[in-house]
This record gives sequence, structure tokens and C-alpha cells, in this order.
Amino acid sequence: MSPTYYLVLAAALFTIGAVGVLVRRNAIVVFMCVELMLNAVNLTLVTFSRINGTLDGQIMAFFVMVVAAAEVVIGLAIIMAIFRSRRTASVDDANLLKY
Amino acid sequence: MSILLELGNEIATAASDPAADAGAMTSGEKVAFWCLAPIALGGAMGMVFARNAVHSALFLVSTMFSLGVFYVLQSGPFIGMVQIIVYTGAIMILFLFVLMLIGRDSSDSIVETLRGQRVAAAVLGVALAGLVATGLFRALGVVQARGLDGAAGQSDGHVPALAEALFTRYVFAFEITSALLITAAVGAMVLGHSDAAADRPNQEEQSRARFRRGNYPAPDPGPGVYAGADAVVTPALLPDGSFASSSVADTTQQRQLKPGISEPKR
Repeated sequence: MSPTYYLVLAAALFTIGAVGVLVRRNAIVVFMCVELMLNAVNLTLVTFSRINGTLDGQIMAFFVMVVAAAEVVIGLAIIMAIFRSRRTASVDDANLLKY
Repeated sequence: MSILLELGNEIATAASDPAADAGAMTSGEKVAFWCLAPIALGGAMGMVFARNAVHSALFLVSTMFSLGVFYVLQSGPFIGMVQIIVYTGAIMILFLFVLMLIGRDSSDSIVETLRGQRVAAAVLGVALAGLVATGLFRALGVVQARGLDGAAGQSDGHVPALAEALFTRYVFAFEITSALLITAAVGAMVLGHSDAAADRPNQEEQSRARFRRGNYPAPDPGPGVYAGADAVVTPALLPDGSFASSSVADTTQQRQLKPGISEPKR
């Protein structure tokens, strides 16, 4: 049995994360769904690293983690700034650019 | 689908030499996978469907922990430990901090701003699942895993080999990463900086507010002092004989004085 089940699991997690981004309104939960999608891609990278027998996939997953950490810091700071000016964390209420 | 995958793998393994499938899952790894995969999936579903954002964060912690164990199982001990330390340790704690700052009761509104958005999201999710499943089914029927046993090269173990690749072939990306992290730290400080001190009124503005029309600039009168009553709840008398309501604090109940107490003594 080759480790393809990990890829199936990663695909399921990615789909769940994408649906969560589309469905949820709380900006923090939307952000957590984006993190879940990044994690699913990381699992795919590590699995392909094992299938191909090289360590490049793990290094790529490592860089994805670094970028995800920086993204979380900036994203949460933006959410905090929006919350400070508009007193809400819902993505529906930040609509000044709409019209 | 999994039965088909299994069947394809059995045929492929029987057809070729057994050494090519060195990265196949051992039975212990299978047990760990089938124990932790439902936890990961359930955590993901719980994160999407939990109404409370704190519950969502805790569900995501369980999913990320399971993924960290998967990395360790797939001969990536370093990336697994980094997953547990960075994701479930640092990033999720950051999420919980922001949730506590914003207020954890900021739950979703049921009202749909865009009409039919949830239905469209469900349709798109099913479509994405179908697309990914089709791609996987077509691509992974006869996959043979080589395993990472030969990947170490001259290094003694996976982690030294990983470090060697990181500091030789990928050293430029590694340095770019440091610039990215510094930029992120500076950006977070700029975005998180609040200029609340600049909004406070200075002395001139305070003085102008004090003497503006309609505001009484002097201190309020003290409570009344009479022969029979001198508590802070006794109101003072104005020159026309009426009570000064501003001489008693708003939070205390004004005492009803007997007529003889507040009358002038002759």
C-alpha cells in the first residue's frame, strides 16, 4: 500500500477549507480556513517528497510554513485594525469600497 | 475508490521489483493513519461548522496536531516538530489572543448579504471536491513510493540532509525568508500601533470646553449644613430659598428635609 491515502486526506482537508472560506463570515474563522488549506498543501508536499524519494518537498513545506506564519501576523494585525475602526470582525461589514 | 487504489497498487507491486516500493506504508503506520485521519477530518469539519470561534480554533488545533504526527510518520521528524511548535503552538495561540481581544461572542450573522451565497458555496465545494477526486483517481492508481531512505546521501540521517539542502541549494530562499519575516514584524507593529495618545485634548482645548456657553465653570456647591442635619445628602439652599440640586451627588438619594430644619433661624 503506497501512501496515496495521505493525498486523499489532504484533498478532503483542502476542500473543507475552501468551503469554509466561502461560507463563514467571521474574519478570524475565514483566516483559520485559509490556514487549513495551507496545511493540506503541506501534507501533499511531504507525501510527494516521500513518493519521489527526495527531500525537496519537505523543504518546500518548510518555506510554506514560514510564509504562512508571516501571513498570519499581518492578517491578524489587519483584522485588529479593522476591528478598532469599525468595531466588527465580520467580513460583510467592511464594505466601504463596494459602491 | 480506496479499494481501486489498493488493487492498482497490488498489481503494480507484483509486476515490478519489490525494492521500488520501499516507501510503502507499514502496518503500524496504517494503524496510526486510520486512527488520526478521522480526527483530522472531524477537526476540519468542526472548525467550519462550529458557531463559536474559540471552538473553531480548538478543532483546528486537533487537525494540525494530527498533521504533525503524519509528517513524523512520513519520515519528516523535523517538519513534524516544526508543525507542532509553530502551528499548534505559536499560530493558534496568536489566533486565540486576537479572539480574546476582539471578543469571542462575535459570531456569524445568519443574514445573507449576497443572495444565494451559501447555496453557491455548497455547489462550488462539491464541484471542487469532484475535480480534486477525479484528478487524484486518474493520477494515483499505480503510484509506487520510493521512500526517503536513500535521500540522505552522504549525511547521516534525514535532518542533517535537510539542513544541508537548506543551507546550500536553498540558501538564497532562506535569506529571502529572513527579509520576509522582518517585513512582517515591522508591518505588524505599524498596523498594531494605535495613536490614542494624540486624540487626548490638550490644555487649551480643555480650558475652552470649560468656559464654553452653557457650561458652569466653577466647582459645584457643597451640601447644606443645618442645625439639625449636615450629611452629604442634605441639599444646599439657594438665595431664593429653593434647594440646589447640584449640591448633592447624582448617585446619592437626596434626603427629604423637614420644613423646620431648612428654614432660616431668626
